[in-house]
Amino acid sequence: MNLLAVERIKLFSTRSPWWCALITLALTIGFAAIIAGASPADQPINVSATQFGGSQFGIAVVMVLAALAVTTEYRFNTIRTTFQAVPHRSPALVAKAVVVALAALVIGEIAAFGALGLGMLMRPNDGLGLHTTQDWLNVAGMGPVFAISAVLAVALGILIRHSAGAIALLLIYYLAVEELVQLIPKIGHTIHEWLPFNVANKFLRGSAVGGGDGPPPSDAPLSPGWALAYFAGIAIVFLLVALGVAKKRDA
Amino acid sequence: MIEASTLTKRYGVTTAVNELTFTARSGRVTGFLGPNGAGKSTTMRLILGLDTPDSGTVHIDGVPYRRLKDPLRTVGAMLDATWRHPGRSGRAHLRWLAATNGIPDKRVEEVLALVGLTSVGDTRVLQYSLGMQQRLGIAAAMLGDPRVLLFDEPVNGLDPEGMVWIRQLLHSLAADGRTVFVSSHLLPEMAQTAQDLVVIGRGRLIYQGTMDEFVARTNEHGVRVRTPHVAELRAALTGQAEFTEDGGAFVVSGLDSDRIGQLAFDAGATLHELSPISGSLEQAYLDLTREAVEFPAAAMASPVSVASVSPVSSVSPVSSSEVAK
Repeated sequence: MNLLAVERIKLFSTRSPWWCALITLALTIGFAAIIAGASPADQPINVSATQFGGSQFGIAVVMVLAALAVTTEYRFNTIRTTFQAVPHRSPALVAKAVVVALAALVIGEIAAFGALGLGMLMRPNDGLGLHTTQDWLNVAGMGPVFAISAVLAVALGILIRHSAGAIALLLIYYLAVEELVQLIPKIGHTIHEWLPFNVANKFLRGSAVGGGDGPPPSDAPLSPGWALAYFAGIAIVFLLVALGVAKKRDA
Repeated sequence: MIEASTLTKRYGVTTAVNELTFTARSGRVTGFLGPNGAGKSTTMRLILGLDTPDSGTVHIDGVPYRRLKDPLRTVGAMLDATWRHPGRSGRAHLRWLAATNGIPDKRVEEVLALVGLTSVGDTRVLQYSLGMQQRLGIAAAMLGDPRVLLFDEPVNGLDPEGMVWIRQLLHSLAADGRTVFVSSHLLPEMAQTAQDLVVIGRGRLIYQGTMDEFVARTNEHGVRVRTPHVAELRAALTGQAEFTEDGGAFVVSGLDSDRIGQLAFDAGATLHELSPISGSLEQAYLDLTREAVEFPAAAMASPVSVASVSPVSSVSPVSSSEVAK
């Protein structure tokens, strides 16, 4: 419990997490406002469209927050002070992953419900609301997806240690690689079905075809529940590898 | 007590620490001395379990660091005053560090007061001066009220007042019975701070012993004596000691200053100066570590340092006598 308090103090006593959180909220809710405002009045938007900004850009900023939470420790050598205080290292790093994941969860829920609420206010006649299980997953699921993405980013931050390197790798992978993999002939599509963020999208949006607005549905074959488990599993594997490396490496 | 035993650490082809064995006793300030690049900081990291030795062991009060429960309560260390997030306040830095080992926030306020940073506790560290950062580092080391303290170059970048403050702090910590292990590449500073000495060069042990023994070794470098009664002094010293003479100034070796003063008094020679050459301590250290210097500045090194050190000893007899003590 001590170590969770430690990581909480660390995270909230610097400014960058606050800025990242604000930017995430602004992007997620702002995109909902843009989509709600830009869609023609006679074409109703759906829940998935209001969540577009969060699931596409909010995640990216939350991963920046999570990666920075680790890489700044390496940058300023507070990781050494931490390992000095917690010589077994893993408990401290796990506590960091948990605290950052919880922060991401809260940010994700505020962003998702904020975006839906703003969409409902701006488009009162579109029947927006949490009518189906899929609607619930699409909105309330944003928090868990943010949290797991954050764990992935923490793990990568531990492995790479440099802010610029970790963030560049995360963003290039997230924004480009998963989509570009589909261009590989024959197997590209099959690989894409199992890539983590595509699978996470399956959890959020299911296979339902959106009403033309918002991102396309995921082609992952897993059910939404298994999709979340798969996504979480990948994050945990990365974290375990990172813990193993951090334990052996000279600080 | 810190006990290192045949400690070895390699980074690639470089052997940073080579079969190093030494002991730092409790109740003493142990100076850890060596030229830059000698392996002092690596040794400090090995003691704290930050790096893993290739072979050998280092124990703190009989236990390897990584086996200590709540290690900050046993060992406090300041390896580098810049190991902190510049955007975090000094108080927040100490609070998270205290929380790792279940140390109450009350103690954070105590150590802030101890180092005189209470009023700037909520200021972000990036606005701290070098001296304030150093004080914060010392506060962090003191958090767990540890029995063993490690400081890596604690006076680096400090003003004279700060140096005196640190020296007094280290002495009082050792007087409490704690083990105080301080590294430096500056011998004159160490001479005023440490009671025991561990000298390394290129990762190997060069000398371990008390500061007094180390100083005794260097006495052959002599005592500077000036007198208007040249003939009397010359007669008194002849047969008693080796000396060189230049006008009214003698450099005497083989006798300590007490003995020379007595001889001069008995001979009726007034003394205008009687001071152990503190540069000789520096010289002894340079002699000792010469072969072990990582990047020697060729033949320049020794004459320059002698010339720059000697005048200091004659204008400040207080510090030179303190050295000899």
